[in-house]
Amino acid sequence: MQPAWSVIFFTVASGAGFGLVILTVFLGLFGGVHGLGTNGTAAAVIIGMVLAAAGLLASTLHLANPRNAWRAFFRFRTSWLSREAVFAVLFYPVSVLYLVGIVLSGDGAWFTWVGAIGIVVSLLAVATVFATGMIYASLRTIPQWNSALVPVNYLLLALASGALLLTAIVAMASDEIRAMALLSIVLLAIAGAAKATYYFWIGMPPSGPSIHTALALTRGQVRLLEAGQSHDTFLNREFSFQASAKLLVRLRLIVYATVFVIPFVLMAAALHAGHPMLAPSAALFMAVGLVVERWLFFAEARHTVNLFYGRQTC
Amino acid sequence: MKLGLVIDADNCVGCQACVVACKQWNTSGTLGPLTDHDPYGDEPSGVAFNRVRSYEVGVFPNSKTVNMPMSCMHCETAECVTVCPTGASYKRQEDGIVLVDQDKCMGCNLCAWACPYGARELDDVSGTMKKCTLCVDRIYDDALPEEERQPVCVLTCPSNARHFGDFDDPDSHVNRLVRERGGQQSLPELGYNPVNRYLPPRNKPHVGQERGTTPGGFADRLKGWLSRSVSR
Ligand code: SF4
Ligand code: SF4
Repeated sequence: MQPAWSVIFFTVASGAGFGLVILTVFLGLFGGVHGLGTNGTAAAVIIGMVLAAAGLLASTLHLANPRNAWRAFFRFRTSWLSREAVFAVLFYPVSVLYLVGIVLSGDGAWFTWVGAIGIVVSLLAVATVFATGMIYASLRTIPQWNSALVPVNYLLLALASGALLLTAIVAMASDEIRAMALLSIVLLAIAGAAKATYYFWIGMPPSGPSIHTALALTRGQVRLLEAGQSHDTFLNREFSFQASAKLLVRLRLIVYATVFVIPFVLMAAALHAGHPMLAPSAALFMAVGLVVERWLFFAEARHTVNLFYGRQTC
Repeated sequence: MKLGLVIDADNCVGCQACVVACKQWNTSGTLGPLTDHDPYGDEPSGVAFNRVRSYEVGVFPNSKTVNMPMSCMHCETAECVTVCPTGASYKRQEDGIVLVDQDKCMGCNLCAWACPYGARELDDVSGTMKKCTLCVDRIYDDALPEEERQPVCVLTCPSNARHFGDFDDPDSHVNRLVRERGGQQSLPELGYNPVNRYLPPRNKPHVGQERGTTPGGFADRLKGWLSRSVSR
């Protein structure tokens, strides 16, 4: 699949934003983020909302006819894209309510009314990220995406990047970042294991559609003689993107290093010596790494249209 | 009704006549124009509803050319419709035709991703998704003579490789062809249940073929000449 930059930016930014809000609000239910006062909590929620909004706006750049974008809210019953849009839009008024509550009462514990709103906020944020993952996972046409691992990865990476951001915010307010650093380490480890599982899974020999089931006429050897077109069409531009195997392997190593290993080491260092720059640099590494990770997510996906252009399996 | 096509991969000669006819009819039809880029230049490309690709099946010398025309299969489980967030894509109750409402589409591409067959192409000038309509603007047109109320690709095909009809009627022409010739679905394992069927190549030659004799060597020819002259 052709990597789409607007979608890559959208999923990275809004994933981190939603992850930040989920963690801030969730920790708020149980006594607040360690080392962050009321103002800090409100700031964290606002930063998360801005990031999520920036991502959502970027995603509209990918539409060929954005004038009709408002119609995307009306197929909630069947379409994951519609569900994503609805959850994302509901998220904002509820978050604003939560912010007002936090500033007024200063307490988002679970037994308060602010806490009740907080639960709704985090559920909506989780639902939005999950719906993003399901947009891809529901496509049977792309075997590399058609898996429960996809929404799980989207959710875990959103939480891990949100945790790093929250640690960076805490580091600016105080030097009590050990609790957040520990949480980041745990989330990074879980997300890393899930991503490694995904890479292992897509590396297994393809067992799904092949050029034989596509042509449905033969079990013999098949090769494309003539595509009936002298130059690339929409189909080739959208679906036939291919990067060299060497580049893909290198990029995977970069993903492992920048998304998981380096932030993990930096956070482990923060457990011992609380240098204020450790958390922001970990978050920065992860942001860059996640862009590469999303690019790979597209580059490694093989749509069944390629079978009709001579690819043997998907 | 469940309207669709039967495509005879044995008869298809890969002449691209249906591709041209489709483009010609539909560029001025309900979804038109089908935008072209650089049509007379070095790198022409553009929107098409119907594409024909050719394959070599088997290994030379035991190989065969198979041509495969592809357009929307008007799937019974049309996930392109399921994923559409705007409701622009829909499947008609009455005849199963899958269409895109150009006034509602926001050009998000998701339906093209969901279609296994590459039947949907984004027109980047109108910003909307376009696809085969099964010539919905022909097949119900009372102004046309009855025998012309068919998709234009079917009418145009010079080798009788395309057939149009109702798959809900067990005695329809298309259903009979599927029964007799073992019509197949493309990518059945994906579960889209495409309506269009492909008839596989026949094992026996369709038309009687002259079996040529291998020309012999000089000795054989001399013997033949001798026996002919002696008997005379
Ligand atoms: S062939 Fe593609 S566009 Fe046509 S109904 Fe099936 S999934 Fe939809
Ligand atoms: S491109 Fe148009 S028809 Fe296709 S899913 Fe998006 S809104 Fe629906």
